[in-house]
Amino acid sequence: MTSQTLTMFKFILVKLAQLVPTFIGVTIVAFAFIRLLPGDPILLMAGERGISAERYAQLQAQFGFDRPLPVQYWEFLKGLLHGDLGNSLVTHSPVVHEFFSRFPATLELSLFALTFAVIIGLPAGVLAAIRRGKTLDHTVVGISLTGYSMPIFWWGLLLIMFFSGTLGWTPVSGRISFMYFIEPVTGFMTIDTLLAGDWGAFLSALHHLILPAIVLGTIPLAVIARQTRSSMLEVLGEDYVRTARAKGLSSYRVIMVHTLRNALISVVTVIGLQVGLLLAGAILTETIFSWPGIGKWMIDAISRRDYPSVQGGLVLIAFIVMIVNLLVDVAYGVINPRIRH
Amino acid sequence: MAAISTPGAPGTFRYQLGSFWKDFSASRGALVGLIFIALVFLVALLAPWVAPHDPALQDRSALLVPPVWHAEGSWRYILGTDAVGRDILSRLIYGARYSLSISAMVVLISMCGGIFLGLLAGYFRGWVETVITRVMDVVLAFPSLLLALGLVAILSPGLTSAMIAIALVQLPYFVRLTRAAVIGEKSREYVTASRLAGAGHMRLMFNTLLPNCMAPLIVQATLSFSTAILDIAALGFLGMGVQPPTPEWGAMLANAREFMGSAYWAVTFPGLIILLTVLMINLMGDGLRDALDPKMKRS
Repeated sequence: MTSQTLTMFKFILVKLAQLVPTFIGVTIVAFAFIRLLPGDPILLMAGERGISAERYAQLQAQFGFDRPLPVQYWEFLKGLLHGDLGNSLVTHSPVVHEFFSRFPATLELSLFALTFAVIIGLPAGVLAAIRRGKTLDHTVVGISLTGYSMPIFWWGLLLIMFFSGTLGWTPVSGRISFMYFIEPVTGFMTIDTLLAGDWGAFLSALHHLILPAIVLGTIPLAVIARQTRSSMLEVLGEDYVRTARAKGLSSYRVIMVHTLRNALISVVTVIGLQVGLLLAGAILTETIFSWPGIGKWMIDAISRRDYPSVQGGLVLIAFIVMIVNLLVDVAYGVINPRIRH
Repeated sequence: MAAISTPGAPGTFRYQLGSFWKDFSASRGALVGLIFIALVFLVALLAPWVAPHDPALQDRSALLVPPVWHAEGSWRYILGTDAVGRDILSRLIYGARYSLSISAMVVLISMCGGIFLGLLAGYFRGWVETVITRVMDVVLAFPSLLLALGLVAILSPGLTSAMIAIALVQLPYFVRLTRAAVIGEKSREYVTASRLAGAGHMRLMFNTLLPNCMAPLIVQATLSFSTAILDIAALGFLGMGVQPPTPEWGAMLANAREFMGSAYWAVTFPGLIILLTVLMINLMGDGLRDALDPKMKRS
């Protein structure tokens, strides 16, 4: 092993070790969640119809509420590590299964949203930096500040009113037209329709994705444009850029090779950090567009008082955010060697 | 404005204030933001005198009346009415009271809590710091809106729970900033001098260190204020925040949603006022950062 891969390996190990306390903290929060609910959790779960004494004792034993707290936590942790987060009170199927059957829908939406944000935000930020102080710059800064301040649940309703209502261009809700039934393989509607070789279904899936992806991508778009602009401006002021200019390199080459590559380091980090934001935004976006992902599932679980699902969702989403942040850290270490030491 | 045109000697509070105001007012956006927010605050304070109608009054003869610029609109209801005949403008004006006061409380709670924990962590270091930063890492591991929703589910939906939940979600940012600033300041000479002069822990933390750590915290407070307005509205929209018939902006949007095909005004205006308020606070925050951040300062 070369010393460089060794440093990288050590870097990743240290980052992983730092995650352990947070991981334990997250499990404690999720464990405490059901026990902090006001009133008896089992009576709460049983709802207004009430429950027989027999069933009560049975449920109490099933959830382990009759045992001491540390034992309960240990059992919860053991179940978690075996991928067991209990069963949904509504559907009675395992929470983990419920979560991961909906997760691809959220992932597909988030990836499209992020792609939209990067494709528009990155060039917009670069152009604004090159044209600093000009009308284009002011426009980009103004639009990104507006996007950053956007209540996306309202933005979604406006887009639906205009594009679906007035113009009739896009569907209002769901992932695909009712005309099509696609057997889930990957869970990604766009990929599954292509695998099925059904072009009409593929276009329908894309059609359904456009508005939700724009809504969910709006805030990340604003953040990426802002960050790209400011780090481009920073790098443009560096000595090596001035040297490159003085050497007589074309301004295209100076921007693409010398500036953008260095400016991208901080932009990549910012893009990675959008994941938590995307998952929070997914809650609102999925509610507006009836998108069958984990955001809508969580809201439904909260309003149906399906506490095991809420608990499981909290843990799994926090894990996903933590893992993605770790990957971003590692990626940052790879592209910016100064960080590793 | 006499105080500003004749600044005191460098180093005095008056001089600092004057130089701050010069930097802040150099940004037109920041000034526009400040004026807008001041107006919204004023209107919210004077709601009973400014609002043309009682926000809860249902006029059965005027359901879903469009705004005044439509042929069917009337000056009686300038921005139109909602599905049960309530005046939208009056509800927006009263709604400002809820959005602004809840958000102000959120910032107050999370700022005080965050400063306290951050001071402890940065001043004492060691295990105190480890525990505090680890707990904050856990809070940050959850997407903010999701954690707020979970907390509201525990506390049962309503104004107070929404306020507490969002304040808790904002807490880590204040803790991190305070801790970093305290660590940066702690080894400076004036702190050592103060300690040698016999200042105790409390005096060192709150009298010596804190005033010198305030600049980034003030900027963060404006950011938190705009985030809080958005989050309160989002919770209201999801039915987990302020409950109807309270005229909260997010809850108004949720109510209007089913009529968006026929009454665009009931959806458009509550969202527009949320966007404008948040945008103006962010503009103001940008100006504050430029004026308070010494690194950005033109000298």
